[in-house]
Amino acid sequence: MDPIISTLYGIPLVGLAFQLVGYLIATIPPASPIIMAAATPLVLGALCGVIGERSGVVNIGIEGIMLASAFTGWIVGVVLAPMFPDAASTPVFGITIPLLFAVLAALGVALLISLLHAWLSISLRADQIISGTIINIAAFGVTAYLNTLIAKQSPQSAGAFTAFNPPDWLTGLPVVGWLFDMFLHQGPISMSVIVLVVGLQIWLFRSRWGLRTRAVGEHPKAAETVGIDVIRLRYRNVLISGLFAGLAGAYLSMEATNSFQDGMTAGRGFIALAAMIVGRWTPIGAFGAALLFATFTALGQSINFAPPAGQLGDIMTSVPAQFWDALPYIVTIIVLAGVVGRSIPPAADGQPYERESAT
Amino acid sequence: MTATAPAAPTRSLRHAARQLWSLIAIPAVAILLSLVVGSVIILVSELIIPDHAFDWTLPITAYKALLEGSIGSPQAIVNTLVATTPLILGGLSVALGFKAGLFNIGAQGQFLMGALGAVIVGVMVATWPPIVAIPIAVAAGILFGAAWGFIPGILKAVSGAHEVVTTIMLNYIAVAIIAALVSGPLKVPGSPSPITFDVGNAAFPIVLGKNGHIGIFIALFCVFLVWFVLYRTTWGFQVRAVGANPDAARYAGMRPRVVTTLTMTAAGALAGLAGVCVLLGVTHSMTSAFGTTVGFDSISVALLARSDPFAIVPAALLFGGMRAGAGLMQIQAQIPAELVDVLQATILLFLIMSPVLRRVFRLRSAQSALGAGGETTITKSYGGETVVR
Repeated sequence: MDPIISTLYGIPLVGLAFQLVGYLIATIPPASPIIMAAATPLVLGALCGVIGERSGVVNIGIEGIMLASAFTGWIVGVVLAPMFPDAASTPVFGITIPLLFAVLAALGVALLISLLHAWLSISLRADQIISGTIINIAAFGVTAYLNTLIAKQSPQSAGAFTAFNPPDWLTGLPVVGWLFDMFLHQGPISMSVIVLVVGLQIWLFRSRWGLRTRAVGEHPKAAETVGIDVIRLRYRNVLISGLFAGLAGAYLSMEATNSFQDGMTAGRGFIALAAMIVGRWTPIGAFGAALLFATFTALGQSINFAPPAGQLGDIMTSVPAQFWDALPYIVTIIVLAGVVGRSIPPAADGQPYERESAT
Repeated sequence: MTATAPAAPTRSLRHAARQLWSLIAIPAVAILLSLVVGSVIILVSELIIPDHAFDWTLPITAYKALLEGSIGSPQAIVNTLVATTPLILGGLSVALGFKAGLFNIGAQGQFLMGALGAVIVGVMVATWPPIVAIPIAVAAGILFGAAWGFIPGILKAVSGAHEVVTTIMLNYIAVAIIAALVSGPLKVPGSPSPITFDVGNAAFPIVLGKNGHIGIFIALFCVFLVWFVLYRTTWGFQVRAVGANPDAARYAGMRPRVVTTLTMTAAGALAGLAGVCVLLGVTHSMTSAFGTTVGFDSISVALLARSDPFAIVPAALLFGGMRAGAGLMQIQAQIPAELVDVLQATILLFLIMSPVLRRVFRLRSAQSALGAGGETTITKSYGGETVVR
């Protein structure tokens, strides 16, 4: 080890901070593809929240939509896989026909659940948080019920998308190489996240649809008076937003893993909501917040898997492993509490819109 | 708002019956419809089971087993009461939050922390006389639950962090704490699997049948207590005022921040007591797999009861009975116990659709069951702008 570094590390107390910095520098760039992978469902969930809440509809059922989509995609894959025994998979991403239909089915279910949420919260003007809670309970119950029934037959999944391997000369570039590794060493869903984030950011702030969406979320009555159909726009946006949560679910059971477990979303739908709030209801901001949470997920895993040597490592390993597993949840609370006072939601967020009778 | 007492003096029995019907019509129809949906799900899922002759009567077999397992025998009734106990307390916890405009979706975490407090202290006092050991263990559990409710309460009051997100995170943190402690400091040395010592003398006495512990009486007392506090004390009035309109409450000289924090703490204490009842009354020790569906069931109970303290008892009995009977249903009809979760969700779905039910079934009801109308809307104060002051 460099003598200067070992001297820095040796300072009492302050040396620990240097050790931590050294550990982060050594850990985070190589783990960047893992961080991006962990961030993917959070970002997609947060985008679902952004579109819905920018148009005034709160959706805490993101968790449930993710879970239902993850299950649907997985089970459709299980059913279709035997029908295409010698289906060729593409060399990049490992796309097969069953997997493709499985993703479509996952998105379809997400669309159906979103339609229910839209109908309850826009047409019936029911409490949107309760509607979301029902979605969460129902998704957990139905998937666990069906999974128990199906588990007896030891189902064979249709596999998962594989990650693209960027060429070494690209990832080996000095300074920026790990960024290419982060965004390109990914499966198809994860790789499309950055495109979706940037696209949605432009769409929301530079397009007619975006302007109308924000108008409906801030002041629906004013939007209605200039001729925007508030009800229809909210319906359309809630449906579109559901597709993002559905894609997050498909990612969990068909890209991150190739299986389904009861409750496998593990609160990601709610961390996504926190990312949305911390990111101030913008796609880019939500992406940044999701990356922050994902970094702590990866860090927690890394500390359990390969703690640093020396004094810092001794301290880290003396803390129970479960603490590092819970790190993303703890960080979410702290960041949310620290940031939320300065993060202002759309004015009409969560308020049902009642149209004044026209005739 | 949701007072059950009829406004006009009842002249005749028929009038009273009509009043009662107007209150229970929507829940009753919702429950019946969910049973219909449940049977459709059972019939459809029969198609998935391999080598299974299609049986039209399977839903009836399943529901019969569910009923038999919940009220079919004196012991079944005791089982139902045991399953109902934490749901009454958890339901009160969520309902108390609703009254103050808070959504305590974290009853699960407070439940776990309550049980953790009871087992930590219960093991310490396991050899003391029960008359001392039980109150100490109960108090410890209540304190742990209250602390787990205080955190989201103070965060909401000070920074505006929405309790839906913070309490869900705290649920996962509670699970991690329990896993760490039960496989670490609390573990019985030499035990092959992570498990704590028995609480010994701190365990609740059994007063009904094989396993009917005193928790049900504690729960019923809390029903009365919560009702009394909410409707007969100044603090309860403040809770309801803050829930109805925090700004108006502030102009009237109340302090919504304080009320929010204290209400969340009290809600945590109630959910913690639910955990105490399960630990000291049923399991007597804790494994790392200690965890139940009490948290989400409690939300269902509070919603079904429209946050009315007394209505929580029948609502908790309904869901408690389902949980108690699910085992027998699984054995007799090979229907996974998770069907109960599906039934619960569909009941809530039909409740929230009450405007549609009323139109379709021509029901007249005092107020809408959920959401718009009499009940406090809880979809507010999501971010900074609407921080309670």
